[in-house]
Amino acid sequence: MFTILEKNDLAAKVYRYVINAPNVARKAKAGQFVILRLIDDGERIPITLADWDPISGTITLYVQAIGKTTTIMSQMKAGDALLDVVGPLGIPSHVEKGKTLVALGGGFGIAAIHPIVRAHKRIGNRTISIIGARSKELLIMEDEMRAASDEVRIATDDGSCGTKGFVTTILKKMLTTHEAMDVVLAIGPVVMMKAVAELTRASDVETLVSLNPIMMDGTGMCGACRVMVGDSVQFACVDGPEFDAHKVDFDLLVARQKMYSPQEKLSMEIFDKLCKAQEQRETAAW
Amino acid sequence: MEKIKLSNKDRMKIPRHDMPEQEPAVRAQNFLEVPLGFTPETAMEEADRCLQCKNPKCVAGCPVNVKIPDFIFHVAMGNFSLAAQTLKETNALPAVCGRVCPQEDQCEAVCVIGGKNEPVAIGRLERFVADWERASGVVTIPPIPAATGKKVAIIGAGPAGLTCAGDLAKKGHDVTIYEALHKAGGVLVYGIPEFRLPKNIVDAEVDYLRKLGVKIECDFVVGMTRTIDELMEEDGFDAVFIGSGAGLPYFMGIPGENLNGVYSANEFLTRVNLMKGFVFPNLSDTPVPMATHVAVIGGGNTAMDSARTAKRLPWTEKVSIVYRRSLAEMPARKEEIHHGEQEGVEFLLLTNPTKFVGAEGWLTGMECQRMELGEPDASGRRKPVPVKGSEFILEVGAAIIAIGNGSNPLINKTTPGLTTNKYGNIIADGFGKTSREGVWAGGDIVIGAATVIKAMGAGKEAAASIDEYLRSK
Ligand SMILES: Cc1cc2nc3c(=O)[nH]c(=O)nc-3n(C[C@H](O)[C@H](O)[C@H](O)COP(=O)(O)OP(=O)(O)OC[C@H]3O[C@@H](n4cnc5c(N)ncnc54)[C@H](O)[C@@H]3O)c2cc1C
Ligand SMILES: Cc1cc2nc3c(=O)[nH]c(=O)nc-3n(C[C@H](O)[C@H](O)[C@H](O)COP(=O)(O)OP(=O)(O)OC[C@H]3O[C@@H](n4cnc5c(N)ncnc54)[C@H](O)[C@@H]3O)c2cc1C
Ligand code: SF4
Ligand code: FES
Repeated sequence: MFTILEKNDLAAKVYRYVINAPNVARKAKAGQFVILRLIDDGERIPITLADWDPISGTITLYVQAIGKTTTIMSQMKAGDALLDVVGPLGIPSHVEKGKTLVALGGGFGIAAIHPIVRAHKRIGNRTISIIGARSKELLIMEDEMRAASDEVRIATDDGSCGTKGFVTTILKKMLTTHEAMDVVLAIGPVVMMKAVAELTRASDVETLVSLNPIMMDGTGMCGACRVMVGDSVQFACVDGPEFDAHKVDFDLLVARQKMYSPQEKLSMEIFDKLCKAQEQRETAAW
Repeated sequence: MEKIKLSNKDRMKIPRHDMPEQEPAVRAQNFLEVPLGFTPETAMEEADRCLQCKNPKCVAGCPVNVKIPDFIFHVAMGNFSLAAQTLKETNALPAVCGRVCPQEDQCEAVCVIGGKNEPVAIGRLERFVADWERASGVVTIPPIPAATGKKVAIIGAGPAGLTCAGDLAKKGHDVTIYEALHKAGGVLVYGIPEFRLPKNIVDAEVDYLRKLGVKIECDFVVGMTRTIDELMEEDGFDAVFIGSGAGLPYFMGIPGENLNGVYSANEFLTRVNLMKGFVFPNLSDTPVPMATHVAVIGGGNTAMDSARTAKRLPWTEKVSIVYRRSLAEMPARKEEIHHGEQEGVEFLLLTNPTKFVGAEGWLTGMECQRMELGEPDASGRRKPVPVKGSEFILEVGAAIIAIGNGSNPLINKTTPGLTTNKYGNIIADGFGKTSREGVWAGGDIVIGAATVIKAMGAGKEAAASIDEYLRSK
């Protein structure tokens, strides 16, 4: 049983879950993900492993409620169980000694960079995390990121915390001042990852991104997750999800993420109606 | 006992019985099974057609050597329960095989009355017997010998793995199946559609294995969740059987293949079958392509299944199979081609796609080329060659690529010392033994995409060999 042991409501429809999944927790490595299915006839969705504990057999996930499946998940409570959790999937992040890492996270991307930054720090690499949100209240995982990195820099769109602007605003400045860095890692919305790739392209700093195409099985069986890296087709679930940012075709990724937009919208509309009807019934019952 | 008195001549006079089917126009709108099965009377009459050969060719034609005349004899006598027992001696999944085996190339192809007359409908009888047993609700669990204390891990819950697991459990071994997906059955649940193989049949077979004491752990990807070495060294498994199938979709490598609307058959079929996308959005959350005209590229069973599945989606009006050779070279079962034609699938033969065209990231059409047949190639089939200047655009909203599957490298990559050939298939001997001590393999992962019955046969061979190994240890 993949029981939810803890659930916290963070900012901006992002929820933190601690879930019982001993098989995954035992093998998880930084940069990997799981695929979940909540209910019978539910969809399979990929979610990054933000943390795990092989001893207690638990994993920690941060999920943003953006569509039907993630919204259903946001309505689940501690004590409820997910139907399926499979993983760990994907190739772990390559963590090498003697490098200075600059990691940028936006949205759930902060949860995704967390274990990678921590892995670098643990082997003695210098780690700078740049995390961002629209405003101070919407920023997640600040404390966890401080614990996992040597230094945390913050950007908010409205300037309510740290630098006013985007995470890329900070990176740009670091590049112009020639601050030391060997590896840049960016995880978040595609626009952000693409912007980071463009910034570092000229300076030639090794830059990695973790791609989030639509997935289904997560084992290389369907090809739904295909992305172009250089001139080769790669299956993000088994060949990635981490790739050389300078070679990724981000425009293709954006286009492919919209593959089911009309259907997803339809699905969400029907679901919203159901939720409203349910609410009305509950109010009526009062 | 008047039946026994039937002379061979009398028997040969009985015409082969057809199975009633759902009307094409009706079934093209639903996902229910197409053939409706024999009644006991028709089955017994069909069974009377069998000559009970002393040296039955059909048995030799069957990859697992089912005792065909014996089970048919029991059917003729109305002894359906005995017939079922006889079938199950060699075939663990008769309800599945009766539906999906290419009998026309196997047992029925060599049946002696098949020369002048039509062969005995062995497949239909097999299906009848298995269904009768399931409906009767009397499923006999064979006596399981005392536990041997030996543990076997089976990787993959497809026909190879299921068969191997069942046989080993019956010998008293402690068997666990590890399956990557959330449901057991392999291609039987994610590939072959409901209208050809109802999923409750597969579920019943999987339940039967559980009753034999087999443990089934889904959501477990060997290589990721656990490696073979960990299973053997840390988790105490004495032997491992790999039945991981041929699950790596081939793409065409032509321009435009990453446009939205271009799918591998694996993705399309899994969305519809395993994830029940045909009842999206009300009863399933997994979306499927919503195109009015769908092209399916390829000519095998997977192409036929994709085309017939697409045809049943309520929003799809037209489905075209695009195949580069002619009807005669199509590897799909004749019955499937026939069913597709009846249901209104269009066949664009001697036609090959050269590129996918689109607008704003979405597929709008396929540029195709006409082909003609030239000299025979390595496979003995005449090689299609393009006709110059014959390009045309086929307007479609979705294209499904069904040109075959390779082997998934996940297990090979994480298992040192496991030898594979240049296609990534695991090398195993006639008993399924691989280059690694204690590790067997069988089914599509060894021989490449093949058939359900061959996968089952390999699972069976391996089980016997594993049993022998465990007893000698
Ligand atoms: C490797 C990987 C790691 C991810 N990690 C996280 C994470 O840690 N936290 C988090 O909140 N989100 C993560 N995502 C994104 C998450 O999977 C999607 O938000 C989720 O699937 C949306 O499902 P939905 O039904 O709620 O929304 P939908 O309405 O179905 O879709 C909304 C959008 O989500 C994307 N999406 C839909 N289905 C899938 C799918 N099966 N696979 C991938 N993307 C999809 C599409 O771009 C779509 O436009 C990750 C995605 C990938 C590929
Ligand atoms: C659409 C389609 C239609 C077909 N129609 C017919 C037909 O009509 N008649 C016929 O005889 N044959 C047909 N075939 C072929 C037949 O289905 C296969 O030959 C047969 O299923 C092979 O069995 P298998 O047990 O080797 O593998 P599969 O059935 O492929 O099962 C392998 C299982 O292993 C699992 N797996 C893979 N990797 C791992 C891992 N690392 N860890 C854990 N589990 C793993 C997979 O998820 C899968 O469930 C068809 C195939 C397809 C795709
Ligand atoms: S070859 Fe035909 S007639 Fe002879 S035993 Fe087999 S099914 Fe019967
Ligand atoms: S999700 Fe199916 S191949 Fe990657």
